[in-house]
Amino acid sequence: MFDYPTLKIIWWLLIGVLLIGFAIMDGHDMGVGTLLPFVGRTDNERRVVINTIGPHWDGNQVWFITGGGAIFAAWPIVYATAFSGFYWAMLAVLWALFFRPVGFDYRSKIHDPRWRSTWDWALFVGGSVPPLIFGVAFGNLLQGVPFQFDANMVSTYTGSFWQLLNPFALLVGVVSSAMVTLQGGVYLAHRTEDEIQRRAIAAALGAGAVMVLGFVVAGLWLRFGGIDGYVIASSIDHATVSDPLAKTVARDAAGWWLNYRSQPVLWALPALGIGGALLAMALAFGRRTGWAFVASSLAIVGVIATAGAAMFPFVMPSSSMPNASLTVWDSVSSRMTLELMFWTTLVFMPLIVFYTGWAYRVMRGKVTLSQIEAAEHTAY
Amino acid sequence: MISEQLVDLSRLQFAATALYHFLFVPLTLGMVWILLIMESVYVMTGNVIWKDMTRFWGKLFGINFALGVTTGITLEFQFGTNWAYYSHYVGDIFGAPLAIEGLMAFFLESTFIGLFFFGWERLSRTQHLMVTMLMAVGTNLSALWILIANGWMQNPVGATFSYQTMRMEMVDFWTIVFNPIAQAKFVHTVSAGYVTGAMFVLSISSWYLLRGRNVEFAKRSFRVASAFGLASVASVIVLGDESGYTVGEAQQTKMAAIEAMWETEPAPASFTLVAWPNQAQMRNDWSLEIPWVMGLIGTRSVSKVIPGIREIKAKNRVRIESGMVALAALDALRLHRDDAAALQTFERTKADLGFGLLLKRYVVDVRQATPAMVDQAVEDTIPRVFPLFWSFRVMVGLGCAMLALFALAMLSTLRSNGTHKRWLLRWALWMLPVPWISCELGWIVAEYGRQPWTIYGVLPTHLSVSTLSVGSLYGSLAGFLAFYTALLVVELFLMVKFARQGPGSLGTGRYDSEPATGSVPA
Repeated sequence: MFDYPTLKIIWWLLIGVLLIGFAIMDGHDMGVGTLLPFVGRTDNERRVVINTIGPHWDGNQVWFITGGGAIFAAWPIVYATAFSGFYWAMLAVLWALFFRPVGFDYRSKIHDPRWRSTWDWALFVGGSVPPLIFGVAFGNLLQGVPFQFDANMVSTYTGSFWQLLNPFALLVGVVSSAMVTLQGGVYLAHRTEDEIQRRAIAAALGAGAVMVLGFVVAGLWLRFGGIDGYVIASSIDHATVSDPLAKTVARDAAGWWLNYRSQPVLWALPALGIGGALLAMALAFGRRTGWAFVASSLAIVGVIATAGAAMFPFVMPSSSMPNASLTVWDSVSSRMTLELMFWTTLVFMPLIVFYTGWAYRVMRGKVTLSQIEAAEHTAY
Repeated sequence: MISEQLVDLSRLQFAATALYHFLFVPLTLGMVWILLIMESVYVMTGNVIWKDMTRFWGKLFGINFALGVTTGITLEFQFGTNWAYYSHYVGDIFGAPLAIEGLMAFFLESTFIGLFFFGWERLSRTQHLMVTMLMAVGTNLSALWILIANGWMQNPVGATFSYQTMRMEMVDFWTIVFNPIAQAKFVHTVSAGYVTGAMFVLSISSWYLLRGRNVEFAKRSFRVASAFGLASVASVIVLGDESGYTVGEAQQTKMAAIEAMWETEPAPASFTLVAWPNQAQMRNDWSLEIPWVMGLIGTRSVSKVIPGIREIKAKNRVRIESGMVALAALDALRLHRDDAAALQTFERTKADLGFGLLLKRYVVDVRQATPAMVDQAVEDTIPRVFPLFWSFRVMVGLGCAMLALFALAMLSTLRSNGTHKRWLLRWALWMLPVPWISCELGWIVAEYGRQPWTIYGVLPTHLSVSTLSVGSLYGSLAGFLAFYTALLVVELFLMVKFARQGPGSLGTGRYDSEPATGSVPA
């Protein structure tokens, strides 16, 4: 049906779609978790906050699981190299995620205030740590990661965990956290009223400002701050089977800007990131919370796509053995697997969007204090 | 060379986290159908007690489900974090069912579980019933794809090795899906889950009945559990793993180990009821055997021969020697992709490539392997007999005990209209942990019995690990231990608390032990 190079591009786009879907859907849950201890001051206020995402967090978390599964299936060597190389970072994400299912389900089952407050902070950790680490990981991808392969394609990561926490990566982590907090803030504003809504809007405005500022600074840093991009220096056959060691890769100070130079239309992506965030802030300020959510979702599309487009065709450049860098062309599954997974995604993704939409429609409307007080034994 | 300690710790971590995950999965698998049955009765009869049953058992189901989700993420991460070479080597095949599981099943299950808990007031009765049904279907489809992935590890069909990419690649997706091992495992595993769900409801209902609490509620729950449990336990035993016994070499080796069959017997082989296997001397120190039975169970015939361990080893030695040739040819091919002679040799011997890789545990360049190393590799191809032999027998014994219990419970339900003998209720209560023990033993048989391979005949466990430091493994193992212990304590605390409180915890005003209202802290 499709030739191999086309399938490789399709899968780059699909992984992007899954990551963006994850950032929009699980992102707003994580933003709500991050804001929980600050936006909710009393127990019932916190229950309101938690119950805005109560029926949905589990479904939304599957974007993450499926994203991981799709990377495993479509880019197995990327999955293998990134997950094992970022060992402690991945474990930190995993352990932070542990707090969410149990936090949501167990928190309100016991009346003791210490119990509840402990779980509130656990939900804060579960909401705030993963986006921070994903941002830090992305910041490291942009700088290149020290890993190499031997002749049998065994990967070895030669860096340390602490090395991941360099200033540029931390800045990207802050952008990612702020982006998710903005998303959570506008969602919360849409689903709550009165005092909680006011606090959520204030938080969204602050997070949006940090996000826009951080995004611009990160862009300037990448251009003028001495961070090299990577370019493929040899020829590379787009149609051939995957062998990451068959090409030559060079560092280039302007590496991450070449795509923007050759395709100026790509500037629409950072513009969407910044414009979407500013629009979301303005709409939230004007209490147009539904549209604010749409705008901040578009901002997420813009920000993630900006980074993806800068790096294309690189997925995971290697700083210690540049030729081993993983790219869209040489780190993918066989043609059969890519094609099979493409059709599977094409069938199921619309279904998922449809029934997720239905679930939100069923649960629509504001979550109020009086509802929560009445639902003592049934809501979270 | 890969450190033995790294391999052992990686295996320990995977085994511990997988076995822990499977404390929660079987209850989920079974409870969804029990909830669906209860809610269907509610929708058909309109009797509110059936709605309360759905909601109360649903509450306990939710406490369990939260940890199932939590510990499931670990497993998806862990292939990448700790088994990187495995992920690279077989991701082209193994990743697909995992991704399909997410798209087809896990989204469905997770989206509708939210509506199951939160949708009671917002959905019509039929709509809510549909939500419950989709949740149940999603949960079981999830198990299907995971077991297709696992079945492929036991019997890697529909794939071939590519020397250009240094990995296994998919050749035929449908062969992977309809892998007989995967299908047998699916039926066996989900049925075991159904038994677990049924036992959970039966035991706790029995406890209420023993105490004379919530009698109408408990009587009905007991009835559903005994019928569902009896059907399920019969399915576990009759359609059990044995349907996949004779397919593929992995299962043959596993079966020989499970049965401590050192020698190939003339058909039909006798069944060793109990024994004291002695692996060093390849014999049983003592044993009690029943003639003919093994041949009948294992092959469904009186004439097919079941190979014993000695014969399997002899075959494996030939394959290891052929694998050495394949590896030498592969090395030549990796250096010169156009080496036609090497390619021809490789194509001829590549089916044994995995057996050649077994030698990498002892020597980096397999061409240098000594006869002693080959002997050692041959020994490695047989899993440890003693734990397999006994895990299997305990599992089967417990299965028979559960069959007896559910049969008596069903009989008692049919004959007594809900008043059961106290000894039966007490027995049902004490049987509560039994399905979990059987499930865990089943996984030990399946996965420990697959050793020394992660993918049978294709990739040795030893080569599958990530290049990590031993210190990292100790650290992560300690972290998992701490988290999982704490989570288990919290889970059991809540489970016991709400099980003791019973349906009164719903706050409907219809049951014993209602929680005091108005005591909510601000």
